[in-house]
Amino acid sequence: MSDTHVSDFDREAGFGDYFALLKPRVMSLVIFTALVGLVAAPVSVHPVVALSSILFIAIGAGASGALNMWWDADIDAVMKRTVKRPVPSGRVHADEALAIGVALSGLSVVMLALAANILAGALLAFTIFFYAVIYTMILKRWTPQNIVIGGAAGAFPPMIGWAVATGGISVESVLMFALTFMWTPPHFWALALFMKGDYDKANVPMLTVTHGRRVTRNHVLGYTLALVPVAMGIGFTSIGGYVYLAVATVLNMLFLKGAFDVWRRDEAAAEADGYKVEKALFRLSLSYLFLHFAAILVEATLRSFGLGGW
Amino acid sequence: MAIRAEHEIHKRRFSRNLGVGLALAAFVGLIFALSVVKVQTGGLLEGYDHQPRTSMLPPTEESSE
Repeated sequence: MSDTHVSDFDREAGFGDYFALLKPRVMSLVIFTALVGLVAAPVSVHPVVALSSILFIAIGAGASGALNMWWDADIDAVMKRTVKRPVPSGRVHADEALAIGVALSGLSVVMLALAANILAGALLAFTIFFYAVIYTMILKRWTPQNIVIGGAAGAFPPMIGWAVATGGISVESVLMFALTFMWTPPHFWALALFMKGDYDKANVPMLTVTHGRRVTRNHVLGYTLALVPVAMGIGFTSIGGYVYLAVATVLNMLFLKGAFDVWRRDEAAAEADGYKVEKALFRLSLSYLFLHFAAILVEATLRSFGLGGW
Repeated sequence: MAIRAEHEIHKRRFSRNLGVGLALAAFVGLIFALSVVKVQTGGLLEGYDHQPRTSMLPPTEESSE
């Protein structure tokens, strides 16, 4: 009896375990892109309102992460990448994850609607619903296109940031959404090409498994071709400018080359050099997205000094 | 004699309580700051004060002059 008590104590959560429930790394991306959306908007926002809006968007994203960990505890326990998460490792009970997820969702949506405006709050509510219900509960275990449609959840933050400032939706905010949305498939499938095994065990349909690696390579190139016009298109809107266009031109040429190289190879060549090209494309995809949003941020900063823009 | 067993679990519980406490305190501070900003930048505010709101009343000759 006393033995079980000791092991229960060992598994009791510290504050860090609850924080890990909110997926802090995803949260940092959300904070950055929401901030860019907010700063790039043509309407200025009071710093306190801006700060609290970004915080509530981040809490909303964290809440959807907690809901995801509640629902996916069974498959997280099977995959090497996720087995150390708080719920599968036993430090946080699945019910606790659900309670925290629901409570923080409600709090963040209501507070964002009050701090900024109703549209921003509604967009955040939709994002949480989309990630927790549409992606996690329905798409993820059902279709290999899961990450394509699920990527929309990760693409909403700049649109919410824009809505915080302007109270509306515009070409610019839709294009910022489309940038992350179109970027997700090549980014994720490049990863899936060299991370073998995990998803098979968990029975999650991954394109590499359901349709084979050749089809996945075709998809990487196809979505990259669709991504390029979106990324370049932003350069010609009110949030673009010379700096953005220069950065986007270089990045898109590199990304196209990388996707083309991945497409051209077959599995034997990839095995031979340990998926060097696929890994390179994945690494490039990380800086690709970050630098595009950074360039939008630079343009916005330049504009506040009367420089940049068109 | 008082029982004083300082188990590692107590530290972990303290970290959790401290974390939640600080988060709540920060939240209170943020709501206060937001309220101040909203009042300062909110333009004309109209509060209910146990009498008809003048802006809702139909215009009279006096007010239209």
